[in-house]
Amino acid sequence: MALFILRRIAIMLFTSLCLTFVVFFLTNLYPNLEKMAKTQGNFRMNDEAVLSFLENRGYLLPLPVKYGEWLGVYPGYVIEGSDGEIRGRCFNSDQIPSESPRYCGILQGYWGYSTRFKSDVLGIVTTRLGLTGILMFWVMALMVPSALIIGILAGMREGSRTDRSLSTFSIVTTATPEYVSGVILIAVFASSAFGLKWFKGTATAAMENPNLENFFLPVVTIAIYGMGYIARMTRASMAEVMTAQYIRTARLKGVSFPNIVLKHALRNALIAPFTVIMLQFPWLLNGVVIVETLFNYKGFGWALVQAAGNNDIELLLGVSVVSVFVVLVTQLISDIGYVYLNPRISVN
Amino acid sequence: MDLLTWSDIIIQIVLRLGPVWVALVILFLVSFRFKRSLGLYGKLFDSTIGMIGFAIVMFWVFAGFFAGTLDWIITHDPLAQFSGMKNKVPGTPLRGAEDGDYSHFLFGGDHLARDVFSRMIAGSTIVIIIAPMATLFAFMVGITLGVPAGYYGGRLDTTISFIANLILAFPVILLFYLLVTPEIRLTGLPQYMAIFLFLFPLIFYTVLVNSRFHIVPTKRNALLGIGLGVLGILYISLINEAGSKISFLSSIDLFDVDAGLLTVFVSVVFVNAPTVFRIVRGLTMDIKTRDYVAAAHTRGEGAWYIMLWEILPNARGPLIVDFCLRIGYTTILLGTLGFFGLGLAPEDPNWGATINDGRKLLSIYPHPALVPSIALLSLVLGLNLLADGLREESLKD
Repeated sequence: MALFILRRIAIMLFTSLCLTFVVFFLTNLYPNLEKMAKTQGNFRMNDEAVLSFLENRGYLLPLPVKYGEWLGVYPGYVIEGSDGEIRGRCFNSDQIPSESPRYCGILQGYWGYSTRFKSDVLGIVTTRLGLTGILMFWVMALMVPSALIIGILAGMREGSRTDRSLSTFSIVTTATPEYVSGVILIAVFASSAFGLKWFKGTATAAMENPNLENFFLPVVTIAIYGMGYIARMTRASMAEVMTAQYIRTARLKGVSFPNIVLKHALRNALIAPFTVIMLQFPWLLNGVVIVETLFNYKGFGWALVQAAGNNDIELLLGVSVVSVFVVLVTQLISDIGYVYLNPRISVN
Repeated sequence: MDLLTWSDIIIQIVLRLGPVWVALVILFLVSFRFKRSLGLYGKLFDSTIGMIGFAIVMFWVFAGFFAGTLDWIITHDPLAQFSGMKNKVPGTPLRGAEDGDYSHFLFGGDHLARDVFSRMIAGSTIVIIIAPMATLFAFMVGITLGVPAGYYGGRLDTTISFIANLILAFPVILLFYLLVTPEIRLTGLPQYMAIFLFLFPLIFYTVLVNSRFHIVPTKRNALLGIGLGVLGILYISLINEAGSKISFLSSIDLFDVDAGLLTVFVSVVFVNAPTVFRIVRGLTMDIKTRDYVAAAHTRGEGAWYIMLWEILPNARGPLIVDFCLRIGYTTILLGTLGFFGLGLAPEDPNWGATINDGRKLLSIYPHPALVPSIALLSLVLGLNLLADGLREESLKD
């Protein structure tokens, strides 16, 4: 088991390296750098000005060197610019250049500087992630129990009317992406056109003070899309378990139906949905980006959109490190959890 | 001219969609008549869910087709702005309508005073072309790589699987933001990706024909010559664009695809292909242990013949079901791209972009965003129901 986890972690690290390099490559393509230079400096810079702007700030070094700097395995650049000012990657505004460290990258705990927010990437990522964490928590708290209940109710009597209607409901939810359900929910529950106005159409206030009124719609919007898929998996798994021999035996023994479902079937039926729930995290990330944009909730997904829209290289890299990490860790947990839940499967 | 009531609006829209209803009725009558001789497609008409799904999907296909080719159904130019129609509620009469103009905005006007109904119908034309095409290309890539990976296993499998997992570990939206920007288009990267991805149908076709007919060289040469000729010209026309990084052989460059559209297309294929690869690989690993594969081995058939003519046809059931689901998913992805304003031109009537435009005034004028939302929802729902019906029917035998 330990060996399995170690191997998986090694693969994870390699994957993260590859992925961050891809992000690095794409964000460092010249047209992207040019756009960034123009947003940073001014929009009327000519080609030469752009070139010297980029050169002075170390953007025109060879790609592997820049990537090494970001990782912290290559010394940060120190460039005497064409305007006479000496700039260095590791220079801090209140430090004397000679005292600044030689290496500054992810390995040293320095995630870089966000050109969009004019502050430290690590700080932005942690605050934004915290806000998204609250959102995710409520999404999970709403989505997982309701999906499991729907799946179990539908799967315990396959083909019944409950099953038909709940299955149709789950198909409808899987067909409703966040930007559709969000729009419909806002229009119905928060617009003056329908006159209900039960909830708020924006979640900006929820960043300080999340309550039912301003946080319900974003949470429901994300939960709906993920719910159907988990419910369908639970239903399939439940339906399969209910045809097993030991369930028949239990019925013949005279165990009551609720007892069969809760005590005999449930545990075995929840193995498959567990994996699905874990693998749902990467999808939730997509949902988070859409919902945070739609409801103007300034969390992690919002930061991603801002970083990508402004070619904020180091923030974008920070965001991708975190999201890739989330994806890979949930995959690992789902694999390990699967083995623990299902004694019939062994790692070897 | 008065404001139409909701019942009037519904009647007007049903009338306006007349050709679609006629086409649907004809399609269903013909399919019902011959359903016993139509294989899996015919069996679809035994399942209520499947029929409902198919009807919804075909509704949009016909609507998009009639609007795109014959200019029917659409009441006003989807890009034109009409003075005085800004944010008007559904059923508002067109101000200053002349003879020949349609008299009302059936679903109202949007924030730029364009007709919401016409934009919704025009949006369906784009979706019903791009979504199935992109899914088809993703399947070509996934099958061409997945079948050998599952069949041979070993290092080939490890390498391709690693790359597939790499792409899958990317959050889709981040990938879109990195690939679908005007700046990336300047570097020609989407076109290089197009060169690579669009090559797969050619490879697939060549291997498919060659593995079967290499014993009859004349027939093979004829099939390969004609097929590759047609595919090759389409390929060159697709990847070439005058004035961009890749423009060669402009004499046989038949058509230019809009650069934004090509980028969107390529990235959607790129995102979908790894999942298809994983499904095909899994199916191949399962099927290659069957007896008929062993029998083909014993007959001395080549590896590619076994892969493409023994294994692949037997994997078709799950693949067809996944194809339907994946068109739905691609529709969602296209909507996502539009929602973030990536790819297509801003005034383009695709559903995602229309939702994004409409959401800014959502709490006051919900209709410009609601209409495309419900359109997109219904199409994806139709595809999911269709897939469900197909799955049920294909499991029966």
